Amino acid sequence: MLGSFAVLRKQSLLGDAISHAALPGIAIAFLITGAKDSNTLLLGALVSGLIGTFWIRGIIKKTHLKSDTALGLILSLFFGFGMLLLTFIQKQPNANQAGLDKYLFGQAATLLESDVWLMAIVTSVCLFVLLLFWKEFKILLFDADYTKTLGFNTKFIDILITTFIVLAIVLGLQTVGVVLMSAMLLAPAAAARQWTNSLGMMVFLAALFGAFSGVFGTAISASQNNLSTGPVIVIVAGIFVIFSFIFSPSRGLLFKQIRFIKNRRDLQLHKTLAFMYNIAETHDDISHPHAIKILNNFQGFTKGTLQKLADKNYVTIKGSNWSLTNEGFKTASNLYNQQTKSHE
Amino acid sequence: MKKNIAVKIDDLTVAYNYKPVLWDIDLEIPEGVLMAIVGPNGAGKSTLIKSILGILKPIAGSVTIYNKPYKKQRSLVAYVPQKGSVDWDFPTTALDVVMMGTYGSLGWIKRPGQKEKKAALEALEKVGMLPFKSRQISQLSGGQQQRIFLARALVQNASIYFMDEPFQGVDATTEIAIINILKELRKARKTVIVVHHDLQTVPEYFDWVTFLNVKKIATGPVKDIFNDDNLTKTYGINYKVSIQE
Repeated sequence: MLGSFAVLRKQSLLGDAISHAALPGIAIAFLITGAKDSNTLLLGALVSGLIGTFWIRGIIKKTHLKSDTALGLILSLFFGFGMLLLTFIQKQPNANQAGLDKYLFGQAATLLESDVWLMAIVTSVCLFVLLLFWKEFKILLFDADYTKTLGFNTKFIDILITTFIVLAIVLGLQTVGVVLMSAMLLAPAAAARQWTNSLGMMVFLAALFGAFSGVFGTAISASQNNLSTGPVIVIVAGIFVIFSFIFSPSRGLLFKQIRFIKNRRDLQLHKTLAFMYNIAETHDDISHPHAIKILNNFQGFTKGTLQKLADKNYVTIKGSNWSLTNEGFKTASNLYNQQTKSHE
Repeated sequence: MKKNIAVKIDDLTVAYNYKPVLWDIDLEIPEGVLMAIVGPNGAGKSTLIKSILGILKPIAGSVTIYNKPYKKQRSLVAYVPQKGSVDWDFPTTALDVVMMGTYGSLGWIKRPGQKEKKAALEALEKVGMLPFKSRQISQLSGGQQQRIFLARALVQNASIYFMDEPFQGVDATTEIAIINILKELRKARKTVIVVHHDLQTVPEYFDWVTFLNVKKIATGPVKDIFNDDNLTKTYGINYKVSIQE
């Protein structure tokens, strides 16, 4: 759901950076408390995720580095640090440490009821804030400078969006893990974008796709042994994306190709019709018969197109002669006018 | 006749890193003029507008709108950004974009209602885009997108309009449509400030002009100061325009 905003801000990789940046937070939280209570660990993840995000923003603002450079830098820096801490923890004589690496790839099976409640509460808070500031989010995403001239505090809106993206990511860590989390954030949004041209619908569809991937993924991994949940969920989400890329009616590849072929055929017909119109115009009687032969000089003419025109009742064929019908003449002259009009 | 001063700029200096983009600009824009800001690429034309509107932070200087700081007068000012500054693939419709013009007067959280929608539809009508109101914005032509931006500013019902190259990449029909709307605004005693590139059309479209190249070169009525001397000072080469008498 919140992924929609990341996609539209062209900060898709931000999710990836945040989830990786969360890792050292988890490790440090564990080192400090020595316990594996998921709430504390997630709090650590949240803090280091936020620190990572604001560093990224700082780097972009204060230096001339491009955003992808800043993202990559923070991502690998934090992830490396996190891995270092994890190995350090593994050497510690603490029985609790086993299972901390579940945050790397996620393990839905370790979710407790209290975790689910936490997720539900945070999700509803996100939803509430999203609905409350819908207008502000939308205009900031579309045109930040303009938003500022209207008197809105763009920094505040921006921080609000970013904070909620971080929150969503941190919550998902337990299920999908650090490495795959960004897919969970972006895949539903990318799929949803293919189906709609309205922001509201896009956010709604993204939430729907995300929920479906979660349910299906969990179901599949539960029915098979040795399939961990996180990757299966991500693969299901990926299938949604591929399906959307191919089959979406307006932006999908399949329909684009079909439309392209259909347009080409139509154009061929129209060209032939226009040619006939030019000939017929020179006679007083528009239905004056002409030999099919004269059409042979015309490029793009085939027996097939002539037959199709006849099927559409634009042309009548008698032996080796054709003549334009009234309807055909009208259609052709309309085509002609439209074309000259669009050239204005 | 002494005119009211709509916009007053004092000692405005803006720099990216160390390089000054605008240097010590003093400028007074009288109420009710249709003013062009002209100057070569990199002269700071867009920067000037953005600094007046608080999008960029100047190093020094102040801007007042009708004798009060800009921040207190935001509702009097509307901005038309460069068309290329936003992503037109954003999932929204033409009407939606124009509605955004009402967000400022609505303030935080409140949603636009029937009144705002009506105002947006009227603005679309004015720019001749009413038939396209439900059109996805990526499917509009460049000229149509520009008109949508103009409509969004019109909805704000401001007294002063800042426009950043509204004629960039639009065809002749759209250009004439836009300039007619600007002239109507002037008739209604509004002040319109336009970053403009086509020197040939300055005398025809505008009555006031500011020459800018990092420093302010000259400002005043077109008929008095739009001449080869100032053009040469601004553009650095011998410039000859044939001003239609």
